[in-house]
Amino acid sequence: MLTTFDKALLNELQKDFPVTEHPFAVIAERLASDEKTVLDHLQALRTNGYLRHVGAFFDSPALGYGGTLIALRVAPAQLAAVASMVNRYNGVTHNYEREGEYNLWFTLLTPSPEEKQAVLEAVGSLPGVERMLDLVAERTYKIRVQFNLK
Amino acid sequence: MLDEVDKKVVRALQEDFPLVPGPYAVMAASAGISEEKFLSRVNRLKAGGQIRRMGAVLQHHRAGFTANVLCAWQVPAEQLPEVGTAMSREPAISHCYSRTTAPGWPYNLYTMIHAQSRAECDAIASRLSAEHHLAERRMLYSVREWKKSAMKYFCE
Repeated sequence: MLTTFDKALLNELQKDFPVTEHPFAVIAERLASDEKTVLDHLQALRTNGYLRHVGAFFDSPALGYGGTLIALRVAPAQLAAVASMVNRYNGVTHNYEREGEYNLWFTLLTPSPEEKQAVLEAVGSLPGVERMLDLVAERTYKIRVQFNLK
Repeated sequence: MLDEVDKKVVRALQEDFPLVPGPYAVMAASAGISEEKFLSRVNRLKAGGQIRRMGAVLQHHRAGFTANVLCAWQVPAEQLPEVGTAMSREPAISHCYSRTTAPGWPYNLYTMIHAQSRAECDAIASRLSAEHHLAERRMLYSVREWKKSAMKYFCE
């Protein structure tokens, strides 16, 4: 179970993280605690699977990467094989089997149109892939991966 | 434009963040530059918008948000900015993007809805549908997670 201190710490960490020599000391000060306590609790939270990622969150277009969401209709017998082939691409970060006529959905980030084309051609020609939708991100209205713990 | 030093900084930042008193010194060492230079590059990447934010993301299953759904909406083009902005104010929605459509697939707005149960996800979508007069949507519930990872940039 999360303690009151853990929740306060997790809420604080989801805000802007200090870019300075001793960031955890700054966080500790905000929580009226000390650096060692903060680090010990964070280590435990990471070990117990509460933290998915700590660090920087990048803006893909600003780094020169284009993003798209690909939906595939895959014959059920080939779904597992196609999913694991798709997983091998570095630019695929999320790959989910979903309900509906398109049963495999993955996000793809690529540094150039040529790279994207090569991935789509390779995936499109995998056995069992019947249809493919290329749903290119146009405008980001919200990316928030923040949850307020009470 | 990003130079080679920026790319080294990005590569160091996308590894597991060191949970030690001086984490930036550790990352600077792995990038082969001084801590001072590393910190100034991080600040520059933040100011330039390449870094959206620094901080943590929780594993939301562990945080009690056990159900989520990707909901694809069909929104008339002229209403897209208004509806996208309104949806992004919903606390239950974590991600909201507009996307191109495809033949036979007229859905142009995508939202990730998080709640405690599938019924609650459905109820939120029904409410949003009524509020914004959106008749057409697809509730794309996940059946299985095949991959979920953080992007590694400049590793091609």
